[in-house]
Amino acid sequence: MQLIPAIGALLIVIGAWGMLTQRNMLKMVIGFSIIDTGVHVMIVALGYVTGGVAPILDGEAPVGAPFVDPVPSALVLTAIVIGLAVTALMLTYVVRLARTKGTLEVSEYKEMKW
Amino acid sequence: MTTAIILVLGAIMVCAAIVALLHTSLVTSILSAGAVSLVASIIYLVLAAPDVAMTEAAIGSALTTIVFLFALSRLREPGRTSDETTQTRSGEEHPHG
Amino acid sequence: MANRLIALLVVAGLAAMLLPLVIGFTFHEDTPALGAEYIERSETDLGAANAVTAVVVTYRGLDTLGEVTVLFAATAGVGFVITRRRRTPEFAVREGRSVGAHAGIESTEASSLAGQGPSEILRTASRFLAPVLFLFGAYIFVHGHLTPGGGFQGGVVIASAVVLGIFGAPDRQLAHGTMTTIESLSGASYVVLGILGLVLAAGFLDPTFLPAGSFGALASAGAIPIIYSVVGIKVGTELAGVVDRLRSQEQD
Repeated sequence: MQLIPAIGALLIVIGAWGMLTQRNMLKMVIGFSIIDTGVHVMIVALGYVTGGVAPILDGEAPVGAPFVDPVPSALVLTAIVIGLAVTALMLTYVVRLARTKGTLEVSEYKEMKW
Repeated sequence: MTTAIILVLGAIMVCAAIVALLHTSLVTSILSAGAVSLVASIIYLVLAAPDVAMTEAAIGSALTTIVFLFALSRLREPGRTSDETTQTRSGEEHPHG
Repeated sequence: MANRLIALLVVAGLAAMLLPLVIGFTFHEDTPALGAEYIERSETDLGAANAVTAVVVTYRGLDTLGEVTVLFAATAGVGFVITRRRRTPEFAVREGRSVGAHAGIESTEASSLAGQGPSEILRTASRFLAPVLFLFGAYIFVHGHLTPGGGFQGGVVIASAVVLGIFGAPDRQLAHGTMTTIESLSGASYVVLGILGLVLAAGFLDPTFLPAGSFGALASAGAIPIIYSVVGIKVGTELAGVVDRLRSQEQD
């Protein structure tokens, strides 16, 4: 169980490395999506209680095990949907850019550098 | 026992993420990114967060992959000149890229 | 090579920042105080069985309002950058050919696949499954306060149902006018329900202006099912519209 934040951190590092080194614009967006997934895994791991159960109540006698914290779950719920919307927006910009020059390589768009 | 499961899942996730960023074929990259999200939803279940697992499986693994593939097919369709006024409808057949 | 070196330095810095968080990490032994308070109050005050739903809709309702706004802004951005044109049947043929070609099918197969659209299996299956998926999505967001699930999950399932319908019949237009009307109405009713909470109950987005009902029944937990259903419809139609815009078009 202690490994899960490490897995999330590893995903963030891999995604960041991918975003910085890949020359294909589509792969940069994929790297961003992987960073997003890693961050969400780490946040949900913050809410876990050892031996906990999901916070769905039954209205009956209390469960023997403690409940998992519901607040990080609620925040990550929102964050996942926003991640999708931002990824879709990034992809529309990639598609628009790529249609002006016909290539997905970032190094072709050098005339914007000063 | 749980540690073994988490170790295997983590290894799958990390390998899929590396394949997604390094592979040359774009379709394979997109599908690997979908696999990362799918294994992440299993990890959310292990962490006793079923709402987040449902959302991640539906959004990260299904809709994100569909959005990526639609964008990719949009980039590969024939006749993608930028100038709309001079685009002819002769229907150039072979796709670029 | 300087680029690679800088990238390596940045990634190493990021890893060094994340390292203390990973190494000294211990899980909680018991539910944290705020979470325990929310869980207890969601049972006594609100009558919602799913504590995460209660947190998302009520206790963190302003975050959900912000999320709905961000979704709307992103959808507006996508709609602004990509314009839609009417799809002609000739173009559906072209799309079939290009999709076949870039999926790696051999050229002879591609030209035989093109002009037919989707296969018989896909057409029949999508006509059969799309209504079932709609029903399932509606079930998920109506029961959001009782079982794991809720507005976002149900909305995404509905968007997937629309995408399945698109795959089954690619040369049919999606009714964009209807969808944008439904989406705008859902967004407006979300704010209206919040203001109703302000006027009739304790504060903005307080769902207790409807009776809490019996715990575990469908019509319970005040206005939470209504609020979450509205959020689910909005998210579903919005995502379906975004995915539809990204489909191959003839011209941008």
